[in-house]
Amino acid sequence: MTSPPLGPSRPSPSGRYHVAVVGAGPAGLAVAATAAAAGCRVALLDAAPAVGGQYWRGRDPGVRLSGVDVMTGSAVWFVSPGFVLHRRGSDPVAAERLVFATGAYDRTLPFPGWDLPGVVTPGAAQAMLKGCGVPIGDRVVVAGAGPFLLPVAAGLLEAGVRVVGVYEAGDPTRYARAPAAVAGARGKAREAMSYLATLARHRVPYRTRHAVLAARGVAAVSAVEVGQLDRSGALVPGSVRPVECDAVAVGYGFTPQLELPLALGCATRLDTDGSLVLAVDFAGQTTVPGVYAAGEVTGVGGAALAEVEGRLVGAGVAVATGHRSPLSEMELTRLLRRRSALRRFAALMHRVHAPPAGWPEWLTENTIVCRCEDVPVHRIRAAVTGLGATDGRAVKALCRPGMGWCQGRICGYPVAELTARWRGRPLTAADLAVFAHRPIAQPVRLGDL
Amino acid sequence: MSRPDVVIVGAGMVGAACAYYAARNGLRVTVLDRASVAGGTTGAGEGNVLVSDRQPGPEMDLTLCSLRLWREIGDELGRGPIELEPKGGLVVASTPESLSALRELAARQRRAGVEAVEVAAGDLSRYEPHLAPGLAGGVHYPQDMQVQPMLAAARLLAASGATVHCGVEVRGIERDAAGGVAAVVTGAGDRIGTRTVVNAAGVWGGQVAALAGAHLPVAPRRGFILVTEPLSSASAAARGVVGPIRHKVYSADYVSTVVSDDAALQTSTVVESTRAGTVLIGSSRERVGFDRSYPLPVLRRLATQAVALFPFLAEVSVLRTYLGFRPYLPDHLPAIGPDPKVPGLYHACGHEGAGIGLAPATGALIAAQLTGGEPPVDPYPFRPERFG
Amino acid sequence: MSASGHLIFDGRRVPVKPGQTVAAALWAAGIRSWRTTRETGAPRGVFCGIGVCFDCLVTIDGTPNQRACLAPASPGMVVTTQLGTGR
Repeated sequence: MTSPPLGPSRPSPSGRYHVAVVGAGPAGLAVAATAAAAGCRVALLDAAPAVGGQYWRGRDPGVRLSGVDVMTGSAVWFVSPGFVLHRRGSDPVAAERLVFATGAYDRTLPFPGWDLPGVVTPGAAQAMLKGCGVPIGDRVVVAGAGPFLLPVAAGLLEAGVRVVGVYEAGDPTRYARAPAAVAGARGKAREAMSYLATLARHRVPYRTRHAVLAARGVAAVSAVEVGQLDRSGALVPGSVRPVECDAVAVGYGFTPQLELPLALGCATRLDTDGSLVLAVDFAGQTTVPGVYAAGEVTGVGGAALAEVEGRLVGAGVAVATGHRSPLSEMELTRLLRRRSALRRFAALMHRVHAPPAGWPEWLTENTIVCRCEDVPVHRIRAAVTGLGATDGRAVKALCRPGMGWCQGRICGYPVAELTARWRGRPLTAADLAVFAHRPIAQPVRLGDL
Repeated sequence: MSRPDVVIVGAGMVGAACAYYAARNGLRVTVLDRASVAGGTTGAGEGNVLVSDRQPGPEMDLTLCSLRLWREIGDELGRGPIELEPKGGLVVASTPESLSALRELAARQRRAGVEAVEVAAGDLSRYEPHLAPGLAGGVHYPQDMQVQPMLAAARLLAASGATVHCGVEVRGIERDAAGGVAAVVTGAGDRIGTRTVVNAAGVWGGQVAALAGAHLPVAPRRGFILVTEPLSSASAAARGVVGPIRHKVYSADYVSTVVSDDAALQTSTVVESTRAGTVLIGSSRERVGFDRSYPLPVLRRLATQAVALFPFLAEVSVLRTYLGFRPYLPDHLPAIGPDPKVPGLYHACGHEGAGIGLAPATGALIAAQLTGGEPPVDPYPFRPERFG
Repeated sequence: MSASGHLIFDGRRVPVKPGQTVAAALWAAGIRSWRTTRETGAPRGVFCGIGVCFDCLVTIDGTPNQRACLAPASPGMVVTTQLGTGR
């Protein structure tokens, strides 16, 4: 991405930026660079010590940020209408427009033993390896659903780790049934093929329609139980077998980080993958005027889509703040086409790698669902079937899942899903919103509030 | 479903208590709520069962009656399952002036039958080891209790045996030729025939009254609560190990903000540990309609005041905040009893911030009125017709 | 970027490499858990690895509830297993 050289960005005399971008991953970087190229005064905030987000993870994203005030180490814990972003340990940032590009994190499903040390998310495995050079184990199982499992496994292999198996709950052969959608994202298919080749070279078993059903161990995980799934996502009887390992990376796709836009009242919708995402219009504007979103928060679709959305939103906010669009007519058309194609592919990906329908059957009554508050399955069941809880809010109030340190980031999806199932109805956006609503977006000391 | 004797609108704490006592008096009860059990103000409070913040008078009578009934409920359902804790309250004064006002209130409360023990400044730390130094003194109210209001409402509803339909909105209340209640009509268009409706819709009580052509001026009075990281555990509490704050602790100016008629923001310091290990920090009152935004200045003021009272909290993290709308009536008294214009319509709402504490007496009073029994307190001060 | 050296974990010397988080330094030394839950006392360590789940809370230089997966490791740091609430 290129941008003309500009002087350092300065807030307007009132101290307000034209636009503040929260999140410096592929989407946020593209928004900031594009808006700055149009002459906007841009602030780019990220909680991490460097830009790049989970995707670039400290590597150089190669994005020119001249004219952007980069504020790394800025954990935003509160947003006020108007708009003001409150950061831990430094002054608030005010802007005329906000763009949320806060990304996503691994979505996890509970299973017996998932709280044993050594059971981690694929994102954790990647962060430890790529960020710190530490592999999560010597004999590792990679499992869950989604294309991200492949680079995680390949990365571990390249670091000399023995990957004892990759278990994908979805059925990737279904990609072949939607050639048009795949053709729109050829790069992704090529990437997947190269990872599969790495797996094959190391003779790593890659099993589709398989899932980790339980983890065993005393002080840490020492084995997992793996089973085969049928077309409906239910366990095939008699297919369960143990696989020895000293670490497991398991996750079922990603789910967006939404607390800041939700605090401003932005509307949400249930995406095809069952995640709560922001409702945005063609220009990436949320239902709150002046508040935009780009990347995974509008629907999980990967880094390429995030960057395309980021460039479009960056151009859009530039125009909205009285600047000329930095995109030519031709670039705009190309980006819009690319966005459609990548979104089509993302929807296909969501269908292929959907969380397996049978996962609640793997739970035992004592399986912990809320890791923070130690809430087991039987207490959630008692709230729904014994105390009359009909929605996530009531379950949360009656037995505390989602009340702890992580504020429902991890258990929100499974608790909402279990509640809906046990009430005999489908999961709704409202169920998930209960666990995603966090007006205080990050823990803050009372003395610092 | 079989025709209920009474339909209660609202599955909050008050509706649950009405259902519990009505069912115990032999009535067939159906409870309807458009959301879930304890989905409104019940789920947005601290679970106060307080005598300390009451002025002598009608509400004190209702409070003392409720306190007795809460103990009975604790015996019946078990204290553990509803987290009913007779922890006592400690009201502290920071200046000699506020201390003398507090003492004067305590003296009047004692004459009304309240246990109120003066605590000298030097003795405060025996009650609360982490209190800031330099306070003028306080009063200990051993009768004050705390309950987990969502659990209490859910368990009381379950114990009542009432038929409960959540996610069912009441769209209309039909009346017969004589003007009396004939049926309740739901959002799905179902018609539930009944001669009696109890309006336990809390802060939305005015809207439910209007469905029957009645008038009740319930207005929302917004409040915020901050919740800290866990500082103790429920498993330790079960072994008798309490959190860092032993009582419900609040500043003496709390009582004056409770009884104030001012619509503007008022805050006072209220701090307590919960069984789950968190510390709850309140409280604020303002009449701003059903505004669900979280103004940072209000949250800051709550934090600052709490740290002033308990300096150790400065290092403790806030994990979340929530808001609720107290059902406010202009004279700060709830409306309990028959509607003056609509035969068969009873009101049980408008308890402002005291609905949890006052719920059992409210339920018992409504049940007595429905069945012609002996009312547990004089119902006259709470008659809904005072607004008519 | 922090320098090489050792941090002290529960009295034990743990090597620290530049750019590592506390979690990574502990993990590289074979340490898988450094916290127990407050209700059941179950051991916990890294889970999400990116600061979202708060499962890796640990006491660093006397301050409890620090996310080990975010906190940069530095030589001389004193890290202690956090029991329950850490308070």
